[in-house]
Amino acid sequence: MDPASPALSTYSAITLNINGEKHTLSADHRTTLLDALRERLDMTGTKKGCDQGQCGACTVLLDGRRAVACLQLAVAAEGREITTIEGVAEGEELHPVQQAFLDLDGYQCGYCTPGQICSAIAVIEEHAAGWPSAVTDDVRPEAGPPPLTADEIRERMSGNLCRCGAYVSIVRAVARAAETAASTEERRAARSGGSAPAADDKDKGAAA
Amino acid sequence: MTTTTTGTRSTAKGATGTAHTRVEGRDKVTGAARYAGEIPFADLAHGWLVVSTVARGRIRSIDTAPVLAQPGVLAVLHHENAPRVETDYVGMLGVPDPTCAVFQHDRVPHLGWPVALVVAETSEQAREAAETLVVHYEQESHDVEFSSARPDAYPADGYMPAVAEKGDLEAELVASDAIVDEEYTTPEEHHGMMEPHAATALWDGGRLEVVDSNQGATWVVGELAKMFSLDPASVRVRSEHVGGGFGSKGVRAHQVAAVMAATVLHRPVRVVMTRRQMFSLTGYRSPTAQRVRLGADADGRLRALEHRSLNLTSTVHEFIESAAGPARVMYDADAHHTANRVVRLDVPTPTYMRAPGEAPGSFALESALDELAEKCGLDPIELRLRNEPERGPVSGLPFSSRNLPACFREGARRFGWADRDPRPGLRREGRWLLGTGTAAASFGAGAGPSTAVATAEPDGTFTVRIAAADIGTGARTALTLIAADALEVSPDRVRVRIGDSDFGPAMIAGGSMGTRSWGWAVMTAATELRGRLALGADIPPEGITVRSDTTAAVGALARKERHSFGAQFAEVAVDVTTGEVRVRRMLGIFAAGRIVNPLTARSQLIGGMIWGISMALHEEAIRDRATGGLYGADLAGYHVATHADVPFVEADWVDDPDPDDPVGIKGIGEIGIVGAAAAVANAVWHATGVRHRNLPIRPDRVLQALPREPHA
Repeated sequence: MDPASPALSTYSAITLNINGEKHTLSADHRTTLLDALRERLDMTGTKKGCDQGQCGACTVLLDGRRAVACLQLAVAAEGREITTIEGVAEGEELHPVQQAFLDLDGYQCGYCTPGQICSAIAVIEEHAAGWPSAVTDDVRPEAGPPPLTADEIRERMSGNLCRCGAYVSIVRAVARAAETAASTEERRAARSGGSAPAADDKDKGAAA
Repeated sequence: MTTTTTGTRSTAKGATGTAHTRVEGRDKVTGAARYAGEIPFADLAHGWLVVSTVARGRIRSIDTAPVLAQPGVLAVLHHENAPRVETDYVGMLGVPDPTCAVFQHDRVPHLGWPVALVVAETSEQAREAAETLVVHYEQESHDVEFSSARPDAYPADGYMPAVAEKGDLEAELVASDAIVDEEYTTPEEHHGMMEPHAATALWDGGRLEVVDSNQGATWVVGELAKMFSLDPASVRVRSEHVGGGFGSKGVRAHQVAAVMAATVLHRPVRVVMTRRQMFSLTGYRSPTAQRVRLGADADGRLRALEHRSLNLTSTVHEFIESAAGPARVMYDADAHHTANRVVRLDVPTPTYMRAPGEAPGSFALESALDELAEKCGLDPIELRLRNEPERGPVSGLPFSSRNLPACFREGARRFGWADRDPRPGLRREGRWLLGTGTAAASFGAGAGPSTAVATAEPDGTFTVRIAAADIGTGARTALTLIAADALEVSPDRVRVRIGDSDFGPAMIAGGSMGTRSWGWAVMTAATELRGRLALGADIPPEGITVRSDTTAAVGALARKERHSFGAQFAEVAVDVTTGEVRVRRMLGIFAAGRIVNPLTARSQLIGGMIWGISMALHEEAIRDRATGGLYGADLAGYHVATHADVPFVEADWVDDPDPDDPVGIKGIGEIGIVGAAAAVANAVWHATGVRHRNLPIRPDRVLQALPREPHA
């Protein structure tokens, strides 16, 4: 049933721009973006792990930046460009991050996966844009993006918990997807003089 | 038709043994995979549990009227109006935990006990109503204090005899050249799977349907049928995708409450637990206090082994964390005494959590072995090799296979163990002290009866149906490979459907027995089907279907000590200025039966090892004596390892097919965590020279134990 009733002032008609499509709904002011997606719009790819902003399972992109949908009220998401896991593939062609997770087994139960993937997509873009992290050695703006080492990926992805413990494969998947993104970018913009940062699982050989 | 198997080994070579991505992988990376709380239903109502705010007492009254007057609220179920349920029965895993039989009386046995369910049209309405529902209690004093000195502790069997004793312990200790006598503790730990418990219940044409997140549809059907006095055939439980379980996803308060509400309201009702509710309603690993006494000859041969463990349980249900169990498998001694004891407190009921018994037990036992190696001046691996038993130390039964030495040899070679200087506290890199450690692992390899259905479709494909649960293990994919090989077709012609009790009785995803038990049934049905097809019959429109039932074959397994084994290696760095411990690398080599799918098996084993890192360094639920509840019962207050905590972790295996399993499987769900925390703790000793016998190895514990440094 539609719980909206003209008599109740606790509801508002809102329009959400999700994955490039406009969705108009009557939203309870208490409704989080997460619940609007899952319970009102039947877009259940965005997961609820804690509903408290602690696990990252509900990570979506708001205007291209990472956000946890459980801490965002739906009524406050009007006018934002919302990207969910359902919107990252190009039709049947998976996003390189999705493909890398699939190929490298970057998941087990799959429940944290949409959040990990949305986070990873943003991590790769944040890194390419030169954003430092807590483990970046040289944070001067002119230093440019640091090498996207395993440690950089781990640090930047740490807001997304995976209780199955798929971290090792997730880090590899993010590195591979970043390589793909970088080489695609290089092809597109061959005029660029700078070289793309190499994904580096630098401690891979430690046990050899 | 029904067939049984005699347990012959497959010689088929094909899909099994090679890496395959998950068959449901695309659904999982696109968000298309729907979990229990995500299946849409027309006319769905939302239930929200209300849990007690006192740790002991009784409910005096519940002010339902103001809540019922709130918009959208449909009902408030509580002990005075909820349907009655049966609890006097023995289910698949024993007698039920009364915590699941909600709203049957006014007693409150622990904080976070379910006292009401509010049902409303929307989840927002249900939540607000639940949070504003006033419950009046008559509070009584509670006791939640766990310690090894509890005078009211008593020996209890659980799933193994409480006590096993042979030989004169004191005499052998006196005669020993080296003795270890220490206490080890592990804290309360929580499963923390990412998907909260969720269930939707509805009545459909006289049948109870439950869409649920569980580790065994057969198990849940059995429990709900008994509780609600229903014919099991009139209950259907579906659970297609499960967002992690780790032992916690059986019958819980939410399913029972949802069934009650659906019965009362005559419409579908969904109940999803909040993350905080999960900390008191879905089980956890009990804290343990363990005493280990080892006595050995100068050459390291064990003369005396004593392992006594104490855990807590609730006042309403007895659960035993059998931490003294691993000693009965791992090492023999002339005098060998083991005992599991329990104390009842005003706390929620603990339950199975990944490697119950083995995870905390191996921490104590394998730490003590490391201490003994130090005292004997022996390499820790050599000490273990010198104590490899010929037969089960307590049972006297032969091992089905025991490839622990092979794991240590391979692990030592790959980890670079031979170059290790055994002396502690010598390696320094800036403010970091470095060390390495090792530990042994074992976990039981069992099978449970299962049925499977294999159908040859007219279009040349095959459908296999089994009430298996893929809780992230890769079981769905493994079963696809097993079926493909038995049918001698490529896996893309095989569709495996799971997670539906209508597919017939099957084992749960638990005890590292799921894939082995289901694989056995799938292999049997598929092999029989291939035989039928070989006769060259035309396939009718409805297909050709064969059913299997492994009850007789599993029951005919000879009694043996059946276990997986493993060797864990860890390198740590300890920050002498902050006390922080960082695991730098970890390697686990396992002898865990035939590996069906190396890609997913490696993920599962590594996942277990990461649980070990988390257990060693992070996880600790702290119970407040004053309130009886937990501090920080959420994923911020209860830290599980995240990306930045986890270094390069590698898992691999030695050849170890189980000769008595048709596929050769032993099971790999739990072995990865066993011994992992001990390997980390032993590495911390090697780094610092300080033994940490209480988990987790927190920075404050490290700092307080470190000798003062003049220039730290």
